[in-house]
Amino acid sequence: MSNIKIEVKNLYKIFGHRSEEALRLLKQGIPNEEILDKTGCGVGVADASFKVYEGEVLVVMGLSGSGKSTLLRCINRLIRPTAGKVFVKNEDITEVSREKLLSMRRNIFGMVFQRFALFPHKTVLENAGYGLSVKRETKEKQRKSAQDALELVGLKGWENSYQSQLSGGMQQRVGLARALAINPEILLMDEAFGALDPLIRTEMQDELLELQAKMKKTILFITHDLDEALKMGDRVILMKDGRIVQIGTPEEILTSPENTYVRRFIENVDFTKVLSASDVMVKPKEVGFIKDGPVTLLHKMRMEGKSGIFIVDEEHKLKGYVTAEKAGELAKKHEKDISLIIEKYDKQKVTLDVQVRNLFKVIVDNRYPIAVIDDNNVLKGVIVKGSIIAGLAESGEFDV
Amino acid sequence: MYRLPLGEWIDSGIDFLTLRFSAVTRGFSEIIDTMISLLINVLEFFPPWLLILIIGVIAWRIISIKGSILSMLGLGLIWNFGLWDPTVSTFALVITSTVIAVIVGLPLGIIAALNNKFYKLITPVLDFMQTMPAFVYLIPAIPFFGLGKVAAVFATVIFSIPPSIRFTALGIRQLPEELMEASDSFGATKMQKLINVQLPLAAPTIMGGINQTIMLALSMVVIAAMIGAGGLGGVVWRAIQRLRMGMGFEAGIAIVIIAMIFDRITQNIIKKNKG
Repeated sequence: MSNIKIEVKNLYKIFGHRSEEALRLLKQGIPNEEILDKTGCGVGVADASFKVYEGEVLVVMGLSGSGKSTLLRCINRLIRPTAGKVFVKNEDITEVSREKLLSMRRNIFGMVFQRFALFPHKTVLENAGYGLSVKRETKEKQRKSAQDALELVGLKGWENSYQSQLSGGMQQRVGLARALAINPEILLMDEAFGALDPLIRTEMQDELLELQAKMKKTILFITHDLDEALKMGDRVILMKDGRIVQIGTPEEILTSPENTYVRRFIENVDFTKVLSASDVMVKPKEVGFIKDGPVTLLHKMRMEGKSGIFIVDEEHKLKGYVTAEKAGELAKKHEKDISLIIEKYDKQKVTLDVQVRNLFKVIVDNRYPIAVIDDNNVLKGVIVKGSIIAGLAESGEFDV
Repeated sequence: MYRLPLGEWIDSGIDFLTLRFSAVTRGFSEIIDTMISLLINVLEFFPPWLLILIIGVIAWRIISIKGSILSMLGLGLIWNFGLWDPTVSTFALVITSTVIAVIVGLPLGIIAALNNKFYKLITPVLDFMQTMPAFVYLIPAIPFFGLGKVAAVFATVIFSIPPSIRFTALGIRQLPEELMEASDSFGATKMQKLINVQLPLAAPTIMGGINQTIMLALSMVVIAAMIGAGGLGGVVWRAIQRLRMGMGFEAGIAIVIIAMIFDRITQNIIKKNKG
């Protein structure tokens, strides 16, 4: 994550004839509405600065009218910024000649649109090959690259169909294939899944993440859906009224929202999708060791006020679980070896990164608490029903 | 009271133009004249029944079997009236005028679509041209080209060109912005965008404009009989002068039949383009 692919510096976009005057007012800190009243100019983007690193998914999130789509279009100069710089691979795209701009658009950027923007008079194959036909590649190369891209998005066999014959999800796959066919370094996705219904949308998100794991493109992803932003983004930019309100990882945005605007947004997030087991587990205070006798275990349980205890080895790897009942029976028989009564704990353990919503089923199916382990089977924490509720409450999901 | 001498200005302006550009108008006149005579000769080369059959086949391919039969019956009726020669002449005038109007109108429409200033400039001109009574165009045609078919074509082109320009401009302007952005985002040049995206997508609307142009041309060609265009309009004109009601009515029916065949054929080309 070291190479900077895109760098945006103090970017402004003002719509209207008197943009220079509006820009001056804006820099003085006059609110957008007042600028609109005075000059008739609308503020699209105001003083945006950020970097996009190679291979990351950067999500720009905001409500409609927040300037996120305008910001995206400044990156490939579909919209010309009023002031500021946009460096793409160290080239200031706001200054380059038209020829250079066209060559950059042909080779670096692949753009995906909200309402697909497919060409209705062209077949799926011709649509996917559009970028290559613009580059004047040979017909053979166009067909090959387009076909490869279509296969990548799972549309093999649909080459000769037209847009009108495809469902929304499939249309957007064509849109994605069209962008991928030119093998771009940067994908610009303008609310790409915004027009799809929820089930298809989730499916497309998963597939894009899967593709991205293989392709490692640099992706700038626009959305108005915070759930989507948190799911897709390595980092998230929150925008309001043309300004960037906060930049951070999904965790940072959730756990330390910078102002009330961000907090408002987060209130509506489904935390069960965002938080993982590690966020809601509690540290196990007392654990039993293999060499402990039943009386020791019973003592530890009494201290904790629990009716059972996790057993680990010297390296804190999880061995199993012992209930007070079984330990009591063993103590009565004056046996020392607890390995006889350890219950294997295969179904009741989860790894740190399991999403909270997937924990509910595990917890309902089991009487015992859930063990949270890392990849080496080391016990990291415990989840009981209460700790999930507490974890969600802390993050603001429930008013307690 | 002072009277604005607009009429005098226009008269002297046209005098100036006829004198100054007589070489140009004469050249233009000869080209058009050759075009029309060639077309008439070709059309008259076929015996009427063969031409009717050919049009029937075209109508069958483009409209339907029903449209084809009706076209042939209609044309047969015209032949029966003894109006075949004037019909061929009208046909040739309409086709010549339309071809010229489209050749000039399409590029102007494209420029108007892509250039806002030109669009704002040409819109009121088009409005003016369409509201001006058709007869007025006949007058300047005479000093430029004299009485006859060329003057008729000139007046017809002026009268029928606005829809070709307007529909082309609108057809391109009204395309969804996102499609234009999609084309731009892949680095298409203006020419690539025009040829591969804008024109094919706007084709149905442009064809609608051409259809309108043909219809206007047909109505103007009839009116242009007053300056010696001949054809079916000439028959009507003679009927008016001699108060021959029956003759005028027959020629009128022939015009309606031709108009319907032209209209249905172009309409169905539009429909096929859309589907």
